[in-house]
Amino acid sequence: MSELLPLLVAVPILGALVALAVGYKFDRLAWPLTFATSLAHTALATLVAVQVYSRGDPLSYAVGGFRPPFGIELVVDGLNAAIVALVALVALGVLVYARRAGPHSVAFYTGYLLLVAGLSGMSVTGDMFNLYVFLEITGLAAYALVATGDDGRSAVGALKYLLIGTVGASLFLIGVGYAFVATGTLNMADLAEKLAATGYGSTLVRASFAFVVTGLAVKTALYPLHTWQPEAYASAPDSVSALISALVSTVSAYALARVVYSVYTVDFLASVTLAREFVLVLAGVSIVAGSVLAVMQSELKRMLAYSSVSQFGLVVAAFAVANEAAVTGGLVHLVGHAVMKGGLFLAAGAIAARTGARYVEQFDGLAARAPLLSAALAVLSLSMVGVPPAVGFVGKWYIALGAIQAQSWPIAVIILLSTLLTLAYFLRLVERMYFRSAAPTETPADSPTGTGAAAVADGGEANGVTDDDRPILGRGDDAAFGGHSVSMVAVVVVAAVLAVALGPLVSVFEPLLEPTLELLLQQ
Amino acid sequence: MWEILLTRYNYVVVALLLPIGAYMMIENRNLVKKVIGMNIFQTGIFLFFITSAFREGGSPPLVGSGGEGATYVSPLPHVLILTAIVVGVSLTAVALALIVRIYTEYGTLDEVHLREVRADE
Repeated sequence: MSELLPLLVAVPILGALVALAVGYKFDRLAWPLTFATSLAHTALATLVAVQVYSRGDPLSYAVGGFRPPFGIELVVDGLNAAIVALVALVALGVLVYARRAGPHSVAFYTGYLLLVAGLSGMSVTGDMFNLYVFLEITGLAAYALVATGDDGRSAVGALKYLLIGTVGASLFLIGVGYAFVATGTLNMADLAEKLAATGYGSTLVRASFAFVVTGLAVKTALYPLHTWQPEAYASAPDSVSALISALVSTVSAYALARVVYSVYTVDFLASVTLAREFVLVLAGVSIVAGSVLAVMQSELKRMLAYSSVSQFGLVVAAFAVANEAAVTGGLVHLVGHAVMKGGLFLAAGAIAARTGARYVEQFDGLAARAPLLSAALAVLSLSMVGVPPAVGFVGKWYIALGAIQAQSWPIAVIILLSTLLTLAYFLRLVERMYFRSAAPTETPADSPTGTGAAAVADGGEANGVTDDDRPILGRGDDAAFGGHSVSMVAVVVVAAVLAVALGPLVSVFEPLLEPTLELLLQQ
Repeated sequence: MWEILLTRYNYVVVALLLPIGAYMMIENRNLVKKVIGMNIFQTGIFLFFITSAFREGGSPPLVGSGGEGATYVSPLPHVLILTAIVVGVSLTAVALALIVRIYTEYGTLDEVHLREVRADE
């Protein structure tokens, strides 16, 4: 069954090439081809996840027949099987949404599949340099996707993302270089042994840890290194911001966990207390600063972006606490956050398509105009705050439990505090939607971030915006895709239902995860 | 002191290239020069990897070169850096494409001027 692992990367790349080649001539075929590829990818990922959890053993594949530690190894164990399945499922959901919401260019579908390939590669690889390469593939696809918006703003956002993202990946590469100089190997499992043999006191080893963690922290968008994120998320088309907010930072955070546990191991964290404190402080500052900045935002997508900064602080804090409860919580919150934040961005996009509301003050009385979308938005928001039984609560609960077990009282306090701040910025949204009446004269703002396609995807409701005069630059024939936004609303509702349903399911998932965590966390 | 600098000049150059590149990316107002700074930063890393592969009196890792009992240089860092250079080239291409779009949209490449233009939107 391990022969399936390279297909996880190869299928989306092949699909991207086919979609590009065929879409060049027949651009209406691009979406069905992309959808078929994504469906095949989801089937593969599900099969791999089921295999791993039913066997309890990791799957491993030597690329090109070169045996590890010399060749590149692909590994899926209990930790990343969930991430692989998450990447495939979220990508499929966003693709269904993008059918109506756009962008409809062939370039978008190609970039989308390349992003999926890069993310799958990051999730399954067992080699440090290979991780760098997939990190850059993911990055390149993400920069290109952010720039698919048809105004200059998205190009500026993408360039800023590119410059900072490249520095992050380069720092990661320096860290890999130091580890390579210290040990002469790049395979993760082999590195773990050889780093231990070199000694955790070695300056080379400590410096490599610092560079690798800082590099991945840029990609995960922890507080002082997050500056690319709000601009990139706010300026990208809605489908793209949902996709990258749900997946890119998530997989980077997973990579951080993978590197900390599988390469440097818990022993390193235990023996170099400065390293653990460094990560904990970075995460703690990120939780508080992200929430405070989110409260200050008036644009919804920017607020959601800053909220991500805070939530990923929470996840990284969990990984630094490094006991079983905290890591379970970290993984649950990682998966839950992807569903919730992806859903929130999709809901924001669907609401903007229907009513033009992109700023928080435009949400007055929205519940009366778009009841289903408002309900989904409210459910996702409350789940993000951590109202039981939603998945946001379960993740936070485990992380707080782990922090208390590890006697990290500051982290436990910060988690509770951040919940209040999260409530502060989501509650004002819910309050505006349900307890205020709409402003009398309603002129939907000509949104600076619209994808062009958003304008025609209004579902034909009474309050729909139809400004067909907008110039559509290279987006293909949008009118052909117009019509009801049923699929958009359906995807948002499914995300909301999932956010609630995943919470109780964690008790099923936890025993499956336990053997992997025991292996990773043994000292 | 001088001896260390002269025998390890590769590392000195690496230690110079990285901050020069980073400084250019932060301080230069011109977007194209920022991208050049990014390239300089990456070149520093490439040089670091290549330097790490150097062995005194080592032969190239080819069958038959160097003869019996020769020290061979590890080919791995060179292969890695070839990959990293390809990645760097694609990044530069994407960055320049974005810059072209920014220029056609706003008519400027100066960061400060760009901020003013965008504030008026």
